[in-house]
Parts: sequence; structure tokens; C-alpha cells
Amino acid sequence: MVSQVSTHAGYLDDILARHHHRTNQLLQVLIEAQAHYGYIHTSAIDYLSLQLQLPRAQIEGVASFYSFLYLQPHGDYRVLFSDNITDRMLGNMDLMLSLCKQLWVEPGKISEDGLLFVSTTSCTGMCDQGPALLINNIAINQLTGERINEICVLIRERVPLLEWPAEYFEIADNIRRSDILLGSNFQSGRSLTALLQRGTAETLQQIKVSRLRGRGGAGFSTGMKWELCQAATGREHFVVCNADEGEPGTFKDRVLLNRYADMVFEGMTLCARIIGAKRGFLYLRGEYRYLLEPLLSVLQGRREKNLLGTSILGNNDFNFDIEIHLGAGAYVCGEESALIESLEGHRGTPRNRPPFPVTHGYLNQPTVVNNVETFAATCLIAQNGGAWYAGIGTDTSSGSKILSVSGDCERPGLYEYPFGVTVAQVLSDCGAKDTQAVQISGPSGVCIAAGEFQRRIAFDDIPTAGAFMVFDQSRDMFEVARNFVHFFAHESCGFCTPCRVGTSLLSNMMDKLSQGHGSACDLVEIEKLNLLLQSTSHCGLGHSACNPVLDTIAKFKPAYDIRLTHKEFTPAFDLDSALSQARQMTGRDDAGAHLRECE
Amino acid sequence: MPVPAKLRVATTSLAGCFGCHMSILDIDERLLALLELIEFDRSPLTDIKHCGPCDIGIIEGGVCNAENVHVLREFRANCKTLIAIGACAINGGLPAQRNHLSVSTILNEVYQTQHGLVGGFIPNDPELPLLLDKVHPIHEVVKIDYFIPGCPPSADAIWKVLTDLLAGKTPELGHGLISYD
Amino acid sequence: MNNPTFTLDGKTIPFTEGQTIIQAAIAASVYIPHLCFNPEFKAHGSCKLCTVKANGRKTASCTAQPQPDMIVESNIQELNDERRALLQMLFVEGNHFCPSCEMSGQCQLQATAYELNMMSPHFDHFFPDRPLDASHPEYLLDFNRCILCSLCVQASRDVDGKNVFALAGRGINSHLIVNASQLAETGFSGDDKAAHVCPVGVILKKRVGFVVPVGQRKYDLLPISALAKGD
Ligand SMILES: Cc1cc2nc3c(=O)[nH]c(=O)nc-3n(C[C@H](O)[C@H](O)[C@H](O)COP(=O)(O)O)c2cc1C
Ligand code: SF4
Ligand code: SF4
Ligand code: SF4
Ligand code: FES
Repeated sequence: MVSQVSTHAGYLDDILARHHHRTNQLLQVLIEAQAHYGYIHTSAIDYLSLQLQLPRAQIEGVASFYSFLYLQPHGDYRVLFSDNITDRMLGNMDLMLSLCKQLWVEPGKISEDGLLFVSTTSCTGMCDQGPALLINNIAINQLTGERINEICVLIRERVPLLEWPAEYFEIADNIRRSDILLGSNFQSGRSLTALLQRGTAETLQQIKVSRLRGRGGAGFSTGMKWELCQAATGREHFVVCNADEGEPGTFKDRVLLNRYADMVFEGMTLCARIIGAKRGFLYLRGEYRYLLEPLLSVLQGRREKNLLGTSILGNNDFNFDIEIHLGAGAYVCGEESALIESLEGHRGTPRNRPPFPVTHGYLNQPTVVNNVETFAATCLIAQNGGAWYAGIGTDTSSGSKILSVSGDCERPGLYEYPFGVTVAQVLSDCGAKDTQAVQISGPSGVCIAAGEFQRRIAFDDIPTAGAFMVFDQSRDMFEVARNFVHFFAHESCGFCTPCRVGTSLLSNMMDKLSQGHGSACDLVEIEKLNLLLQSTSHCGLGHSACNPVLDTIAKFKPAYDIRLTHKEFTPAFDLDSALSQARQMTGRDDAGAHLRECE
Repeated sequence: MPVPAKLRVATTSLAGCFGCHMSILDIDERLLALLELIEFDRSPLTDIKHCGPCDIGIIEGGVCNAENVHVLREFRANCKTLIAIGACAINGGLPAQRNHLSVSTILNEVYQTQHGLVGGFIPNDPELPLLLDKVHPIHEVVKIDYFIPGCPPSADAIWKVLTDLLAGKTPELGHGLISYD
Repeated sequence: MNNPTFTLDGKTIPFTEGQTIIQAAIAASVYIPHLCFNPEFKAHGSCKLCTVKANGRKTASCTAQPQPDMIVESNIQELNDERRALLQMLFVEGNHFCPSCEMSGQCQLQATAYELNMMSPHFDHFFPDRPLDASHPEYLLDFNRCILCSLCVQASRDVDGKNVFALAGRGINSHLIVNASQLAETGFSGDDKAAHVCPVGVILKKRVGFVVPVGQRKYDLLPISALAKGD
């Protein structure tokens, strides 16, 4: 048994020392602590509470917020099937059930022998190579029935993950179309040299001239963000790179970090020089844990080239370094203020704003938070100038955008285009046929129907954080929306009433329709709930949780109509099944022991 | 608004305690005025066994067993306007406090393992309605048009809702009349 | 020197630098429905009952600051309808069987629901099953009524210096926990500020329930809006 505090002191002391006993590192400490037993033991919490001088309830409160942290034993193998709609379309449910059947375990439960736990998880960012799963937080893609059978054998024989076939863990970049960013021949240090030659003021000016807007979704002007942060007063300034990439269907940041990490870190360093920051963080979603070591070695390489650390490129007053923080399964931590809370070791609850991170961010100090792609783009601007960048794309949207294309098409993967490309062009390039709809920018974004494919990817037409999920005519758009609503309910942080309760009510309503209990009254209710979420939620998650349903009702009404099978209001639960326990207890099965759905 | 004929009203108690019906009777002498305007169909106050076509149905109590479902459906099918009266109809009330227990646990505890019981068995007479796994407020089973909260609602609250309805207004209870206990 | 002002439902309200809309409204004895806001604590901004329209934009009035000459709307049907729906969400999320609750008559959730003419909980109930904590000799915790306002968390941490309470879980599974396996082991005491801040019936003193007769309880006497401070 592992119940003694002293048992835990052994490994926890190491972890705590590495994190300098700093309470802000709590989430990182918990993630590392969990690696020891596959869960965080109560006595481990007691020990951490003692050592970090934090109330144990606070530690428990933090740990229980993140999906990938467990406070109870969760099996030696923890298998989480990615459950984005694209995984569903590729048959993930059958694969999960097959695995469960072979290993005698129920989804969502731990097997009786404590060997494994099987469940689903939100999109793991592998939509171009699904169906995907995470096993003990390591990604395995391109699942087939055969691969599942092999995995069952490996698990049953308790083969350690390290000895599993290496090809399981291969992850493809699938770059299908490159433009200025993916096609750039980036050389470490060139952007920094350009910055030092041009000076910080002039470089910031170039970023502004470029009209670069954030690539994480909101599209705020990057030059203005950096300028506001530079002007803000504080003890210290910080640079944060948002690599939480939780929006289902988005996976371009994964590829950027796998192949262009040097460029991303250089962009962060440019920002640091301009706003005057000495420390930066990259917040890496837990699903991309496998990128941690490669990223750490890129950082080390940059330090060795004097592009990071003290006296960067020989400038005594240019000191900057980057730490990588891991997330642990919480989409909301992509929201910048929740991300900062998480970086500080708290529950990832979005803050009340204003004040915004540019003035009150990490540790309440001025902080720039930008998306991975945004930072990479700033390197191009530093090297080639703002005017050059502004000349690419459209009037409202300069430069290029990387799309993560997945779903019903022949060539899923990354497609980089100058802004202004039409949806039709992307569909033709990726080999999509017979397309019914495209969900752009993920569940939070918009659903585009066939009549609108001449619309363009641009901030003033279809803005996007990158996801581009294609659905052909065979797909049921109601089920697409239902999958997205489940995603939001699962990821709601629970802070505010409308989203905490509303997303669950909405997902229950969608389940009700899907189970054949729908009537016209339900549609009215769904629309009312959507409006309430939109108008009273605390953050972007709640505001956009209703988008998939509102869009599909507007554009694919027949998919809903066929589910409104009852003329009158019908209960959400099945009345006859509600009697089954009593039937079992009394042994009755006469007519009076049953209820029909309608009379 | 002129009232051409008397409005037909039915009432019943599902999983309730008849407290709300007592409150209806508490309307006292106003009941006489009310009877000028309405007549009763199925109700504990009459002998009618099944609800016929009615203008208003008033339901006390939540839905805890199969029979409650049948009665509630009969009311919904026959009443133009259906009113939930009292806490049990509106949120399950006291009977719903069993909802965190499973029906099997309850039946076992009540009929078999309870202290002092010997050789008990779970009744299986087809005449007895079977229990639902949870007690539900009636709006979760059929569409309900109006609600009169209270445990029980006061006679004044009931009077106010009924007269508002008869006057063709959306019923509203102000401070002092609206109450959940 | 004159303070800047804004208008709230047509009434001119003066405010000072740093005040939020609801603070200025309370100072002017105007009621804006609220639950998680308590004038003695930093606003949490989670219940969203206090949502108003400020120059046409919806915002939580307990965290938003007024601007000079801002037009704020609060007591309008659109907002009251939304507030009622939020209340209904809180009622179905928890287990609010008022007749058996010691807070009945003095509960802000209930009184606010009366104020907004909430005749039914409308949605389907979640029927949560969170075990009670009766371990403490003087106090009882019924977690099924918690609206996650975090006032007890703040009070225990910032006033009592004890950290007895914390929020745990995520989404619809969010819930309150205590800093030990049960309340009796936490050092919680009836003298704590945290023992007296819960706006609903979670943190209850034992053996004093139902002592005030129906009809004479706090909100029997006056509606919550008449007690403009709403506490
Ligand atoms: C619920 C939610 C999730 C988000 N997730 C991400 C994300 O995964 N990555 C990201 O860059 N931005 C995300 N954002 C947007 C960030 O809040 C923020 O606007 C962005 O990181 C700023 O960077 P940018 O200006 O470079 O786009 C999210 C926003 C919300 C509301
Ligand atoms: S909208 Fe949802 S995710 Fe955002 S704060 Fe509210 S509960 Fe949390
Ligand atoms: S907390 Fe308030 S609303 Fe809930 S049961 Fe008690 S009195 Fe009723
Ligand atoms: S127990 Fe009461 S004070 Fe504490 S969070 Fe819950 S509702 Fe708020
Ligand atoms: S009172 Fe403002 S959000 Fe709760």
C-alpha cells in the first residue's frame, strides 16, 4: 500500500525541489506527482499541503478541475478515446466498444482487477489521422480494428508502454499546402538580428504596419496588444504563448510546435524584447505531452546559440528565458485569463475582465498572451517588414492563415493560404466531394452550408482559429451539433450559472431529441436556452456554446424536424424503463407493469 | 370578459398529501362565489371517477408510480388548461426526497430488511401500481400551463391565480402570496 | 465638487471612482437582483443574476464599473425573464425542497425567486446526491443547496484565516468541499464569519431551525427588494 506519507515524500521531494517549492507550480507538481501511481494519493496531497503551505482543500480543488488528474486509483492503463465528431465519423465508438469487450471493462469505469480505465476525452488534436486515443497521456492515432486487437493483447499482458511498437506513436505533420509561414526557410536568430538592427520601437512599428491580428480566434491587433503591454507599468512583464489548442478540429499548433518551434520561440523573444519581459511561458495542452522533451531540447539549443538566456546575442540588457507549463485536460484554459490562472497553479476559471492581461496578467503583471501561430508570424514580419506582410491577404486580414482540414476529404492536413481564400477553393484542394457543410473554427465557430462556399476566410467574412471540418451529404448535422454540445457541457468550467447549468440542460435536450422523445416544445426550449447562454455567460465558452445548435437549426432544420416525432410534450426519460427496477423487484411483467410512451 | 357557461374544473391528488386540496376548501365563502363560475368534474369533492372534457385541471402531488402517470395523462388529454398546485406537483416535494435512493434499496428496506420485520416480502399484486425509479414533478411528464407554488399554497394564493385566470390574465402572486413553503 | 452620475432605469445615480454599478445602486437604495454579491466581499461575478444592460451591452453589475452618463437598464422584462431562468437553473441544479429547509423565509435564493415571480423551476431536475456533513457539533452542511457563490470560501480564507472551504470539480460537477474529510476536523467554529455568510441553506446552525414562526421571518416581513441592500 502507498498510504504512508513517507512513501510519498520520496518522489515528491524531488518534484518539489525541481519546482523550488513554489505554489504557482502546483499544477505542474500535481501532473508530475500523478505519474508515479497513475493517480494522486490522499497522503500525497497531505504531504504537498504541508510542504507548500497550501490548504489541502485548495490542492484537491485544483486537481479535481483537470480531466487528466485523478484523486482515486484509475488503473495501470488509462485509455481515453478522442471523441471529436471527426473521430466519431471514423468509427471511434465501435473501436472503444471492441476494446471494452475484449478486456471486460465498461466505458467510464475502472476494470475490476484495476488493470485499466477506458473512457472518452475531448478532441486530442489528431483529426487528420484519427481515430485517436491517449494512453497514459500518450497519443496513438490511425486506430483500426486490428490495432485495437493488438493493444488489447499488450494491455492484457501488461507490457510497459515503452516497449510498445514505435509506429503506434508516430504522428504525421501532413502539411499539404505551404505559403509564407510553412514555406519560410526559417533560420534561428535572423529575426532577432533584424530586431536588434532595427531597434525595438521601429520593430513594434513594423508589427503595427503589418496589421497582424491574433490567430487564436479573437483577432485582436498584435501590434496594439504589444504596445499596450509595453506601456503598462508593473514589477515585471511576461510573455505567454497559448499552445492549449483545445478547439475541436484544430491541430495546426501541434505541427508548428513539432516543426517550427524555433520560430515560435523566436517570436516570443521578439515580444519579450519589445515589451521588456525577462520570463516567458509556453502553455502546452496535456494532449501534446509527447512534444515536451523535443521542445525542451529546442529551448536548450537556443540557449546554446545565445538566442535565449542572459545577454542574448551579446546584449547585456537582453535577458529572456522560457518555461514550458503543461495543461491537464481543460479546454477552458485556452481562454487567456483562465490560462493565466492555470499558470499560477489555480483552477482554470476565467477572470473578471477588465482588467485585461496586458495590464494585469500573470501574477497581476502586464502580460502578452498570443497564439502559437501569431508568434511565428511575427518572425516573418521582423525579417521582411510590415509593409511586405500587409501586402499579402486582404484589406481587413493581412498575411496568411493555416487551416487544419479534417473530416470528409481525401487529403486532410494543414493548408496555409493567404487570407481571402474561398471555402470552395479549400474544399477543392483537399479533395472534398459532395460536401454538405463545413464547420469553420470548431464548435465555437460557424457552420457553413453548401450555398455559402464562395465566402472567404477573413476576419470580415469567416474568421477562424484554424479548424475546418468537412461533412459530406451522408452526415447527420443534428448529430454533429449534439457532439459539439456535449463537448461544451464537458468543458464548461462551472463558474457561472448560465454555462454550468445551461450547457448540461442543452446537452440533455439534444439527447432527448436523439432518443426519440422530441416534440416542437423542445425546440422552443432549446432556442431560449441558447439565447440565455449567449447573453449572460461569463466567458467565450458559454457565449459560443450555442453556436452549433443555432447554426444547424437555421441551416439544417429538417435534421431537427425529423426528431420532433411527438405532437405533444413527451418526457425526456423513458417511462417504461423507469419502472424496470420495480418490475425486477416484484417479478411482475403484466400489462399494468408497463407504460407506453403515449396513450 | 363575459363568461358564457360555467367552466368545468377537475382536480386530483397524485403523490401528494391532500394538503393542497384542503387549501382549496379553505377558500371558504369565496368558494360559493367561485361555484357561480365553475362546476366540478372528477375531483375528491365529487364522485366522478374519470376526468371528462374540462376547461381547467388542477393537479396536486408529483408522479411517483405508474398510476400517477395514467391519471396525469388523462387530465392532460381532457383539460384545456392544466395547473400544478403545491410543492410536490412543482418539484416533487417530500416524496422526491427518496430520489437519491434506488427503488430496490427502498423496497428492500421497507418490506424485507427493516428492523422488526420477519419474513416480509415485496407485494406483487397486479392491482398495485409500480413505483418509478424517481419521483418527478408533473411538468417533467406532461406540459403544464400554470403553477401555484406553496406547501400548501394559501387559499388566498389559489384564489388569486384562479380569479386571474378567469379574468383572462396571466396569474401573478406578489409578496406575501408567493411562497414555497 | 459633483460626483459623476449614470442613469439606472431613468433614475440618476451618483458614483465614485472604483465603485461598481451595483455598489452605486445600493448606495442610492436601488435594488438590482443579486445572489453571489455581498457588499462586504470582493465580487465573485458568478451567479449572473445582477446582469444589466449598460449602454445596451449586457454585463454583470457587481463587477462592471459605471461610466459617466452611462444608461443602465435593470428592471425591464427582458432582463427579469433571463434572471428568472437563471434562478430556475439554480433550483433544478440543487435540491431545494423549501418546506424542510431551515433557511426558508430567510434565504436569498428563495426571496429573489419570489421577487421575480418564479412560479416553477421549469427545467428538468438534476436531483443531485451530495451527502450531508453533520459531523460538527454545532453546524450542519447540506451541499445540495449550494449555489457556488464562494462567499464562505472568501470569508474563511480572508476574514477567519482558516481556509475551511474550497470549490472543487468542474462544470456541472462543481461542488463545495471542506479542508478535511469532514467539517468537525477543520477547526470551523460558529464564531467564524464563514458561518454567517451563506445566502442559502447550506451552512446551518443546528437546533435553531424553524424557531422563527412562519409569517415573521426576514422575507415574510419585507420583500428582498425593499431591503435594498439585499443582505
Ligand atoms: C473558451 C476559449 C478557448 C480558447 N482557446 C484558445 C486556444 O486553445 N488557443 C489560443 O491561442 N487561443 C484560445 N482562445 C483565445 C484566447 O483567449 C486569446 O484570445 C488568444 O490566445 C490571444 O492570442 P492571439 O491574439 O494571438 O490570437 C480561447 C478563447 C476561449 C474563450
Ligand atoms: S461561460 Fe462557462 S467556461 Fe466561461 S466562466 Fe462561465 S462556466 Fe466557465
Ligand atoms: S436554500 Fe433557499 S431555496 Fe433552497 S431549499 Fe432552502 S430555502 Fe429553499
Ligand atoms: S455554501 Fe453557501 S456560501 Fe458557500 S459557496 Fe455554497 S452557497 Fe455560497
Ligand atoms: S451578483 Fe453579480 S454575478 Fe452574482
